[in-house]
Amino acid sequence: MTGAPPGPRTPAGAPGARGEPGAGAAPPKFAVAARAALADTGLRRGLRAGAAAVRERRSAAPEPADWEDLREAGRAIRDGALLGLDAHLEELERAVTEAGGRVHWAAGAAEARRIVTGLVRAAGAAEVVKSTSAVAREIGLNGALARAGVAVRETGFAELVAQLAEDDPEGPAPYRDRARIRELFARRLPGAAGGPPGDPAALAEAARLHLRERFLGARVAVTGANFLVAETGTVVLLESEGNARMCLTLPDTLICVAGIEKVVPAWADMEVLLQLLPRSASGAPMTPYVSSWTGVTAGDGPREFHLVLLDNGRTKALADEVGRAALRCIGCSACLDVCPVYERTGPAPYGPVRAGPIGAILTPQLRGVERAAEASLPFASTLCGACADVCPVKIDIPEVLVHLRGRVVESRRHRPVPTPELVLMRGLAWTMADPRRYEAAVRRGTRWARLMSRGGRIRRLPGLLGKWTEARDLPAPPPETFRAWWSRRHR
Amino acid sequence: MRVALFVACFDDALFPATGRAVTALLERLGHDVSYPPGQTCCGQMHWTTGYHREAAGLARAFTAAFEGAEAIVAPSASCAAAVRDAYPRIARAARDAALARAAEELAVYELTEFLVDVLGVTDVGAYFPHRVTYHPSCQSARTLGVADRPLRLLRAVKGLDLVELPAAQECCGFGGAFAMKNADVSVAMVADKVRHVRDTGADVVCAVDNGCLAHIGGALSRLRGGVRVMHLAEILAGTGPA
Ligand code: SF4
Repeated sequence: MTGAPPGPRTPAGAPGARGEPGAGAAPPKFAVAARAALADTGLRRGLRAGAAAVRERRSAAPEPADWEDLREAGRAIRDGALLGLDAHLEELERAVTEAGGRVHWAAGAAEARRIVTGLVRAAGAAEVVKSTSAVAREIGLNGALARAGVAVRETGFAELVAQLAEDDPEGPAPYRDRARIRELFARRLPGAAGGPPGDPAALAEAARLHLRERFLGARVAVTGANFLVAETGTVVLLESEGNARMCLTLPDTLICVAGIEKVVPAWADMEVLLQLLPRSASGAPMTPYVSSWTGVTAGDGPREFHLVLLDNGRTKALADEVGRAALRCIGCSACLDVCPVYERTGPAPYGPVRAGPIGAILTPQLRGVERAAEASLPFASTLCGACADVCPVKIDIPEVLVHLRGRVVESRRHRPVPTPELVLMRGLAWTMADPRRYEAAVRRGTRWARLMSRGGRIRRLPGLLGKWTEARDLPAPPPETFRAWWSRRHR
Repeated sequence: MRVALFVACFDDALFPATGRAVTALLERLGHDVSYPPGQTCCGQMHWTTGYHREAAGLARAFTAAFEGAEAIVAPSASCAAAVRDAYPRIARAARDAALARAAEELAVYELTEFLVDVLGVTDVGAYFPHRVTYHPSCQSARTLGVADRPLRLLRAVKGLDLVELPAAQECCGFGGAFAMKNADVSVAMVADKVRHVRDTGADVVCAVDNGCLAHIGGALSRLRGGVRVMHLAEILAGTGPA
């Protein structure tokens, strides 16, 4: 533990006991879930402080001169990896097997949960140590292990805090400042009450002491992976706390769960990616811990190594010409750090897969857009483009957002009863297809709007536009449109 | 030079003063301004809200309306961006090669690009004796990359006191339909933008997108913020005391 105080990125709920899509009550649309987050003043303060800190770190450590070349190289490496994914995955399986490990293929979340639970049972363990993993959250691994009677010991700081607080794994993560974490530790970790309030080092030390015992006693570890090197069968993990390295090295059985898109062809590719990821993740040129692990070595580290490769919608995303760019993601979170929407809502409204701009383009692809929650995600952006500016592998996030909006609209086009929005947008398109129709409609519309106005402004509008006037005025349209002015002038 | 004016539907109805200002400005600079009557809406709104078929239809109509124009000038960065940046994508999504070709032939410029790059002027002879701050809208700054062109134009305006906007690069929260679909987040964003605007002590906040200005201005108006919003073109068109 290097004692990073909890940042705003505390994940949405304790890494979730979430079932398959469709299980339980339907999650809310982004706009609805965002309302609760916007009202949480502590969360807002934390997010604001987090964003300011990242901005400061970024401006303090300017980009290296070859940054744009690195980004382009990173894009090419990730594109190449996805282009030949079949072959790279086969090579990866071969290399992992040769190094004494085993590869398991999981088509969906349920299968992945079954595989991992089975492996833990086979090892005869009643407890696993676990490091932060987005994929574990995506498939609801913690819940599955708990149901199988396996105690999951989270070792990442944020997850440990969520676990100690017994956060509702399905609900949004409540924001906790250092004082609240200190109080929580004092309650839940015996002997951790020391240290001045809000001292991050004392909090880290308390967590460290608690975790040390877990590590020494653990026989099975579950981790994620940042990269999987096909050529050598190596798992590469980057972290700032050191807990993942303990997970990789101390237990007898190591289970890595990773999405199939994490593969990169060659060890040499790490040269570029290990420069791109740390800087994008934290603004620092290096990550404190870079661990790489290959198979099994006699007398050193785990005696069993399992790599669980998860599809869960990725092959489908790969088939989408525009959407597949999202799979290039190397999980740096830079796009979250600069996103003005994320800065105000935090992670919860994005659901359990991924938060922020990348979540808005990845989640609808992995889970489909049938439900309102996923369908609302591509619309949770102003398309400001700040994310695309910083993405180290040059994912054009706004482009994918607009593309997915199109998919959402298409999926609803043939409903027996058309959505009111579809009727409106079709009507507008029909009106605007002809200058005369357009002119007449503008004349009618502006006359109506002027009737709604008082003192040159409109304070309340009906229907969808009422959302605008909840907090913003609209100027009353002047009596003469530009078009009318032009034709009067040129008569 | 012969300039075909492209006045966005939104500007036509709600902010006609902007189009009039561009006309006055370009004519003052000695150019021949026309307004192709076939234009209605570029299709941006349909494209960004996911109505891609409808957007393709509007894009076809737009390219027909402006076919053969020597230079198309738009006082709306997001609409200029729609034509330049989105039309090729709209054509690809619609698998319409003819539209792709027609779009490629359109020489569309956002106003400040046209003034600085094509006409090579930064001092347009304007006079505007007020304290002004500038909001770089996302489509102008990021999609089009107009960079400091608007600021160079503003700096050359006589009498104008230009003050820097804190956190200028941050989105105002408009985003078209976003302002309605995610109204709460949108308002949270514009609240911060308005705070920054007011911190400058400016009388006027200007931009090259009336959508963003309607958003910022709408919040300022509701709060009686005491700061006016104005399109950059209206400042550049001003010649003040004769
Ligand atoms: S999409 Fe976001 S998290 Fe993924 S690589 Fe790009 S900036 Fe990083």
